[in-house]
Amino acid sequence: MATELRSILATDCGSTTTKAILIEKINGVYRLIVRGEAPTTVEAPFDDVTKGVLNAVEEVEDLVHLKGDKDRKILQNGRIVVPQKGNLGVDAYVSTSSAGGGLQMMVAGVVKSMTGESAERAALGAGAIVMDVLASNDKRLPHQRIERIRHLRPDMILLSGGIDGGTTKHVAELAEIISAADPKPRLGSGYKLPIIFAGNIEARDLVKENLSRKTNLIITDNIRPVLERENLGPARDKIHDLFMEHVMAQAPGYKKLMTWTIADTGKSELEQVPIMPTPGAVGNIMKTIAKLKNIEVVGVDIGGATTDIFSVFTDKQIFNRTVSANLGMSYSISNVLASTGINNIMRWVPFDIPEYQLRNMIKNKMIRPTTIPFLMEELILEQAIAKEALRLAFEQHKEFAVTLKGTQKESEIADAFAQTTSGQTIVNMMSLDILVGSGGVLSHAPRRNQAAMMLIDGFLPEGITKLAVDSIFMMPQLGVLSTISEKAATEVFNKDCLIHLGTCVAPKGKYKEGKIALHSKIELPDRVYEEDIKFGEMVLLKLGVRQNAKAKLKPLSGLDLGAGRNTEVNTELSGGVVGIIIDTRGREPYYDEVLKKETMRMHLPDDKSERIKALRKWMRALEVYPKNKLD
Amino acid sequence: MAQAYTPGLTISRSMILKKDRILPLKGTVVVKKGDKVSADDIVARTDLPGEVVPINIANKLAIPPGDVPQKMVKKAGDKIEKGEVIASSKTLFGLFHSNVTSPVKGTVENISSITGQVLLREPPIPIEIKAFMDGIVSKIYKNEGVEIENKSAYIQGIFGIGGEITGEIKMAVKSPDSILTSDLIDESFQNKIIVGGSIVTLPVIKKAIDIKAKGIVAGGIDDKDLKEFLGFDIGVAITGHEEKGITLVLTEGFGPIDMAEKTFNLLKDFEGYKASMHGKTQIRAGVMRPEIIIPIPFKKEELKVKEEEATGLKIGSPIRIIREPNFGKICTVSALPEDLAVVQSETKVRILKAKMEDGSEIIIPRANVESIEE
Repeated sequence: MATELRSILATDCGSTTTKAILIEKINGVYRLIVRGEAPTTVEAPFDDVTKGVLNAVEEVEDLVHLKGDKDRKILQNGRIVVPQKGNLGVDAYVSTSSAGGGLQMMVAGVVKSMTGESAERAALGAGAIVMDVLASNDKRLPHQRIERIRHLRPDMILLSGGIDGGTTKHVAELAEIISAADPKPRLGSGYKLPIIFAGNIEARDLVKENLSRKTNLIITDNIRPVLERENLGPARDKIHDLFMEHVMAQAPGYKKLMTWTIADTGKSELEQVPIMPTPGAVGNIMKTIAKLKNIEVVGVDIGGATTDIFSVFTDKQIFNRTVSANLGMSYSISNVLASTGINNIMRWVPFDIPEYQLRNMIKNKMIRPTTIPFLMEELILEQAIAKEALRLAFEQHKEFAVTLKGTQKESEIADAFAQTTSGQTIVNMMSLDILVGSGGVLSHAPRRNQAAMMLIDGFLPEGITKLAVDSIFMMPQLGVLSTISEKAATEVFNKDCLIHLGTCVAPKGKYKEGKIALHSKIELPDRVYEEDIKFGEMVLLKLGVRQNAKAKLKPLSGLDLGAGRNTEVNTELSGGVVGIIIDTRGREPYYDEVLKKETMRMHLPDDKSERIKALRKWMRALEVYPKNKLD
Repeated sequence: MAQAYTPGLTISRSMILKKDRILPLKGTVVVKKGDKVSADDIVARTDLPGEVVPINIANKLAIPPGDVPQKMVKKAGDKIEKGEVIASSKTLFGLFHSNVTSPVKGTVENISSITGQVLLREPPIPIEIKAFMDGIVSKIYKNEGVEIENKSAYIQGIFGIGGEITGEIKMAVKSPDSILTSDLIDESFQNKIIVGGSIVTLPVIKKAIDIKAKGIVAGGIDDKDLKEFLGFDIGVAITGHEEKGITLVLTEGFGPIDMAEKTFNLLKDFEGYKASMHGKTQIRAGVMRPEIIIPIPFKKEELKVKEEEATGLKIGSPIRIIREPNFGKICTVSALPEDLAVVQSETKVRILKAKMEDGSEIIIPRANVESIEE
């Protein structure tokens, strides 16, 4: 029995690839040793997820041997050995999974913007894809709701509604509708669809009456016991349990895999470690890091089909996750175009290209999603599309990450000045500490400077914000690991997971042509950079990883760096593989015609040739693309 | 390391083909194993549960929900006709009756004393599955459907629009690089599958619908034309359910791209044959591509599917480039270096070297080619 974990094997079974990492304690510190991968084997002809896991672990073993540790073994007789005995095995094996399309849920609540939204938050936080939100006031007729449930075939339904002791009629109505739909699970027909009821405590009997015969009904604490408070924990835990017991257990090989995920945590017996849905695990590590460092974090994972955004904001460390199910860089690339329009993509492109050519390129990527840009022009176009995908996904996130709606607060003088009302976004780009990107287009960008620019243009950070990428997307494995060892997960996160790009300095305020935006004095290791920077500039100052520079930054012309308009900020800026990026393109509110809402923008000339000139200037300054492509 | 290349789309002059034809819900299979079927023959049928029609009796009768069960004339499970009284209450000292009649024919499914809502269910909707291709019934999936088997010339497209159709193949152009223009088609293409060359345009599609052609096969289409044709921009490639009066199959992609010579010649050689075709495309999770199936005569003993050989790229393998530059060009693999290489976009990828038809050698990311199955 080990007193402390010496080694950990963690896998993430994705829909196409199974990724395995080996972590070992070296001189008292947990470090990533190697990472291996193999195709996922959930589908025919293999029909057994554990084969892919074993293949990935075999690659881990091979890579360890290549590193010189020839005697290290993890497998014996086709099994992962737990706990570690000498050079054989590991002290813990943990796993996440998003294979088979992940966890697909429907949620229901009485009022869409209140219990409906709380239920959505609980499901998203647990790592689910929310297919639809049913609500008594969703303006659909009962038969339309019934059709919708039947058509979507979710893996499970979360039913909420009503505060404890409130009216039960609407919840009963929702239960009747679900019962009438008689929903069948997506995977396998040998079990009843799980339904979690987390609503008004007094409606439990009514819900039982309607649903206990036809479905596998589980009752848990109300997610909104009173209007002013959300209580998402119990519902999230139930979602995780049911994901394991019902959804995952139906997928080929998972019953076996579930018996493999065990850890020697110092107790008399080995402890079972539940397999987590991948995005739920990513949320875990983000929450852990935000808590330990007491910081605000935004993380994004932009994939081929979907874009996930995670955030932790406010002093209460409120966590939110959104999935933009049809914004992605390959399968869904065409939907980015459909959602934002051709002009919004073209505004990031530093050259002219006929619309039909861009359209055909996007569609060809959609039908052949695994191809890679060979030409520099095609890479630039894909990165322009990525900026829009990030922007749209983040706008959806901002709309979702809000204070509880429908609450009444005793207003204080401070509230009156800040004009805080319920339902306002808690995403504050000025107080945000770090923006972390992952997913192919960000993690595998040929130049890290490109990832930095995509994050800046897509998210428009304000004030002083650190930028990083998760180069090999280790966050899922670290998230599930944090459930058994926060220490191991955070040590590896800090040392091996993130690639720090640097810091973005972007004063907020209205763009003023020709005026000075920022007076800056930055003490770099080799020189002092002291400049008055005009509006509409991007400046790159090289400052390496783990290097810091003292900075005196005085915003001018009404701009704000977080301390107030025209107020100087004395701070330390951290470096990274890119460095310090000063962005004086302004940040100002405007009404977005495509999104049909008020949001933020930076200065970008309307005139096409002026815009291309400006884009080239910024891209040259940030060394984003080769000079000869920008002349 | 995993192979990074797209296995090519299948194009074959003769292959044994098996197709499952499965009901959406359990039902009845109406053919027997060994039966010879034609594409339009029905092989299985079932009944989908009818629509649910909710009706709030408490509101209609102006009574509390708790009183609804006793005011119901029809009980849960009872059959009802359209216009039949399902609930009734006496008003004004019992002098008048207030009735609620059923808006549909069907059954009473549920009566709620909490919400006052009554759910009615309409009669089941019959669904039939056709054979889709000429062949023989080779397997019966009890209560679920059948497997049809035949020998066919077979072409997989890259992208399509529209559902299952059958029609005779008719060439409209002379070469795979020709553009399919409106003047090339006339009434003689009625009920036919039109074969074009490098690109089909919106006016041609419209004319083809006017003359009642069944389908069009072409190398490519401009996305702008497709958007105008459908009336919306396709976001995610899940197609096949469009009801536009024609089925469209693209063999190469978007923009003008010459149809692969092998595909073109095959279609030309089978001109006049009956084909089954659909545009169903799904790129994610269980890839589905459009298909053109041309059944050819066979003897029963021929129906043996050859073991699929694991194919990989080898020196000398013929390949097609599926991304710019040289999109659509055919070449041969001349080297497969192990090490990663940096291409023009500065991306570090696994590449291969290939010899073009003019003898020049180029490098291409392995992800940007598809093998041409011989």
